[in-house]
Amino acid sequence: MHDFHYHRASSLADALKALAAAKDGRLLAGGMTLLPTVKQRLASPSDLVDLAGLTELRGIRAENGGLGVGAMTTHAEVAHSPDVRKTIPVLAALAESIGDPQVRNRGTIGGSIANNDPAADYPAAVLGLDATVVTNKRKIKADDFFKGLFETALGEDEIVTAVHFPRPEKAAYVKFPSPASRYALVGVLVAKTAGGVRVAVTGAGACVFRVKEMEEALAKSFTADAVKGIKIPSKGLNSDLHGGADYRAHLISVLAGRAVTACG
Amino acid sequence: MADTGIGASVRRKEDFRFLTGRGTYTDDINRPNQAHAYFLRSPHAHAKIKSIDVAAAKKAPGVVSILTGADIVADKVGSLICGWVVKDKQGNPHKAPAHPPLAKDTVRYVGDHVAVVIAETLPQARDAAELIKVDYQVLPAVVDPARALDPGAAQVHAEAPKNLCYDWEIGDKAATEAAFKSAHHVTKLDLINNRLIPNAMEPRAAIGEYDPAYESYTCYSTSQNPHVLRLILCAFVLGVPEHKMRVVAPDVGGGFGSKIYCYAEETVCTWAARKVGRPVKWTAERGESFLSDAHGRDHVTHAELAMDKDGKFLGLKVDTIANMGSYLSTFATCVPTYLYATLLAGQYTTPAIYCEVKAVFTTTAPVDAYRGAGRPEAAYLIERLVETAARELKIDPAELRRRNFIKPHQFPYQTPVALQYDSGNYERTLDEALKLIDYKGFPARKAESAKRGKLRGIGLSAYVEACGIAPSAVVGSLGAGVGLWESGHIRFDPTGSVRIFTGSHSHGQGHETTNAQIVSDLLGVPIDKIEVVHGDTDRVPFGMGTYGSRSAAVGGSAIFKAADKIIAKGKKIAAHLLEAAEQDIEHAHGVFKVKGTDKQKTIGEIAFAAYVPHNYPAGLEPGLDETAFYDPANFTYPAGVHIGEVEIDRDTGVVTVVNWAAVDDFGTVINPMVVEGQVHGGIAQGIGQALLENAVYDKETGQLLTGSFMDYCMPRADDLPSFKIGMTHTPCPHNPLGVKGCGEAGAIAAPPALMNAVTDALGVRHMEMPASPARVWQVLQKTAKAAE
Repeated sequence: MHDFHYHRASSLADALKALAAAKDGRLLAGGMTLLPTVKQRLASPSDLVDLAGLTELRGIRAENGGLGVGAMTTHAEVAHSPDVRKTIPVLAALAESIGDPQVRNRGTIGGSIANNDPAADYPAAVLGLDATVVTNKRKIKADDFFKGLFETALGEDEIVTAVHFPRPEKAAYVKFPSPASRYALVGVLVAKTAGGVRVAVTGAGACVFRVKEMEEALAKSFTADAVKGIKIPSKGLNSDLHGGADYRAHLISVLAGRAVTACG
Repeated sequence: MADTGIGASVRRKEDFRFLTGRGTYTDDINRPNQAHAYFLRSPHAHAKIKSIDVAAAKKAPGVVSILTGADIVADKVGSLICGWVVKDKQGNPHKAPAHPPLAKDTVRYVGDHVAVVIAETLPQARDAAELIKVDYQVLPAVVDPARALDPGAAQVHAEAPKNLCYDWEIGDKAATEAAFKSAHHVTKLDLINNRLIPNAMEPRAAIGEYDPAYESYTCYSTSQNPHVLRLILCAFVLGVPEHKMRVVAPDVGGGFGSKIYCYAEETVCTWAARKVGRPVKWTAERGESFLSDAHGRDHVTHAELAMDKDGKFLGLKVDTIANMGSYLSTFATCVPTYLYATLLAGQYTTPAIYCEVKAVFTTTAPVDAYRGAGRPEAAYLIERLVETAARELKIDPAELRRRNFIKPHQFPYQTPVALQYDSGNYERTLDEALKLIDYKGFPARKAESAKRGKLRGIGLSAYVEACGIAPSAVVGSLGAGVGLWESGHIRFDPTGSVRIFTGSHSHGQGHETTNAQIVSDLLGVPIDKIEVVHGDTDRVPFGMGTYGSRSAAVGGSAIFKAADKIIAKGKKIAAHLLEAAEQDIEHAHGVFKVKGTDKQKTIGEIAFAAYVPHNYPAGLEPGLDETAFYDPANFTYPAGVHIGEVEIDRDTGVVTVVNWAAVDDFGTVINPMVVEGQVHGGIAQGIGQALLENAVYDKETGQLLTGSFMDYCMPRADDLPSFKIGMTHTPCPHNPLGVKGCGEAGAIAAPPALMNAVTDALGVRHMEMPASPARVWQVLQKTAKAAE
């Protein structure tokens, strides 16, 4: 890696100040993407502003029947939280399926969604569960948060502080891991929520997305058969050594059916 | 001595050290005043280097020196060599273009060595490397061996027109053609043996050091064969007398063949150490391992098998194109010839075999021996072909194999492709494997899988391989530049403890235990009083190292021979001490006894007498310290049958290995637990090749697309079933231990068994490896369409 300035922020305001002062500063959450990228010299930020000291960004709280998850809460904390397991078990299961123990002990929900890797798991949870992203400035509905490949609605001076998840009636996440990386080649989260059925797909496209046709079909009949037959157009989907766009499109239908079954 | 002798599952002596992080690997070694090397590598698959500007880089903080191909030329550093000269159909030697340790004017693969930056710290070396300006003229790439011979394909070396390294043949072409004319049925198959990247757990590393007081070099290296590395570095590349070079290969974390070779990096570190007057250290990053370790396999083959109406094999024709990569690695040329085509008889009595092999250059990393080295390619071809033939003839695949097996009474068996198999009992091994997997119960298991919506398939593979490549005279006549014997040295201390010095090298195989077991058994020494020393050219006698599953068969036999000498001398000493005639002394497991009496001396007493010779035979040399060199009479021929069962998810194409039976005949087994471990690892790598692993270069740019574990899929524990392991034991008749070698068997046996199972489940004739979910899904789509 190249040299950089390291700041351990003592407050949100302090973090924002350090970020504003930096030539090419980056916020450091768990660092599970940023640090390997820096080590490989694929990114050379002038400053890293570490959010690890901001205890107010950490923790899980019951909120309006759902859960508020602090941005700096690790995947392991979410996976092992009795509150999450009780209130939104799908979220705990999804967090438990991310990476390996080392990653789960370091990686954070805020870092994951701010990075918005097309094959990350958390975006499927945030979008599929109709969550709200809370920042230092505003609240952003999930539908407005994920914008494209590694792109979100976050402004340059905006820090994710928490994510609020309403409690779904039922929900399940089924991931088909890419054989080598075990990132999601395709991951589908199906949820029956207060606002209707939601189907969120990660891994398949440039960015997590919803499948309206499936949602409508499931609203009528919440059965695996209702989605299995729905063919997803492969146009615009990801294609790589581990699966073409047609395979990914096919997997969306298969996994959506399995997720519905898993919802019980 | 049964608890620590030959045949006992002794817990590995080395494991406490390894598991508690107390191993000493090359990267753990740091020399006083050491500097660090970073290699600037080619970002292009093929390019002319128009200029290299190092001026700015030289001024960067911490830089000690920057060396390029121009310095290699100026210092007259030699080319990296290929130590096995294969002669083509006309008797001409293979084309072996120059392979400079730092590129002279052309780079030929992504990762080729352009310059080395030596600095106080590694980050400084890396920073400086970013300031080197290289002006490349990019040339077209060629990565697919099947395209390398095409007119218009990019030419990798001017010395090798059409990219042809050699066009080689073996077998009787006329007899084979005649066999095909008389055939009732011919089975044809086109197959690719996919390219693999070895990925030892420990990446390669090296430290070069020069001592001006003695004018001598030391090279610490992650080598599987330190003496051979010393020989190559001294005699061929650096022009240093061998006694002025010490090569140390300390604990080494896996090799699988990739650490046999003399690479650019250790060569440059050793050369540069003298130039800069400081030790120079380099440790590969994983990305460098992907780019620049010698890769494996990469064959494209057409094969045909001729049979009579009963399915008896009459003839086999094989046409293979083998990828050598950009330059010839140390033993590259013998892999697709003498380690491949000579195995094409398999376990069968096929009377006529003819094989042609064209070795080609491409703009990819060099390709050389990787676990199995040629034998997996042969076994895959034969066993896929035999399975396909059985399906075409509607004969049970086990039965078809049985009809064609070489029978126990036919050994020694001369194949039509040069080798003479020494021993085996193929039918018994097959029967054991069928029993272990419950072959008869398969239809019921298939029906049960179908109930759950899964496709189930079963596949056999009956392989034979050749280990402990030898004798030296024969391999020499086939083009090898070295002998393939081994050394063993047993040194007793006065108090009865023992050190064994072996020319073989352990990089995970457990030699510190198995070699000790040999001595513990033969000489009755408690195993905790035995230490095995290897991997240091200044400590052990010249040896040939470890590869080709040779360490027990050749290295173990050398230790056995040294023990013989200890026993012979011990008898003389015992006779003197016991006041008996030498011929009246009998020896067993370290006890020297006067026949028919209870008068005896133990090996400990003998050793003490030998070093404190107060009461000692007149004229006999003191000391108990013997060396033997062993050159085997033949290869050994381990063989076995593996049977795999898979379940396939029709919706996703995921192949799950649900059942695996492996019955191998390794002859005498020194440590069953260690052998099982070797079999497990081999099967894991074989399943890796068949299901997961695939090295892919971009066809246009020649970039390695699978340059990290994000895209190169290694087998993991949860990809594998619990293996059912069985063994049969037909001892090797020509080495004193009766051992055959077990290190590569699993990697040889597994791919065809698995692909036979996959194609059985899918109901298709063939699909290429790896049977990844996406590929299997494509096959399912096609068969579904065809059924419509």
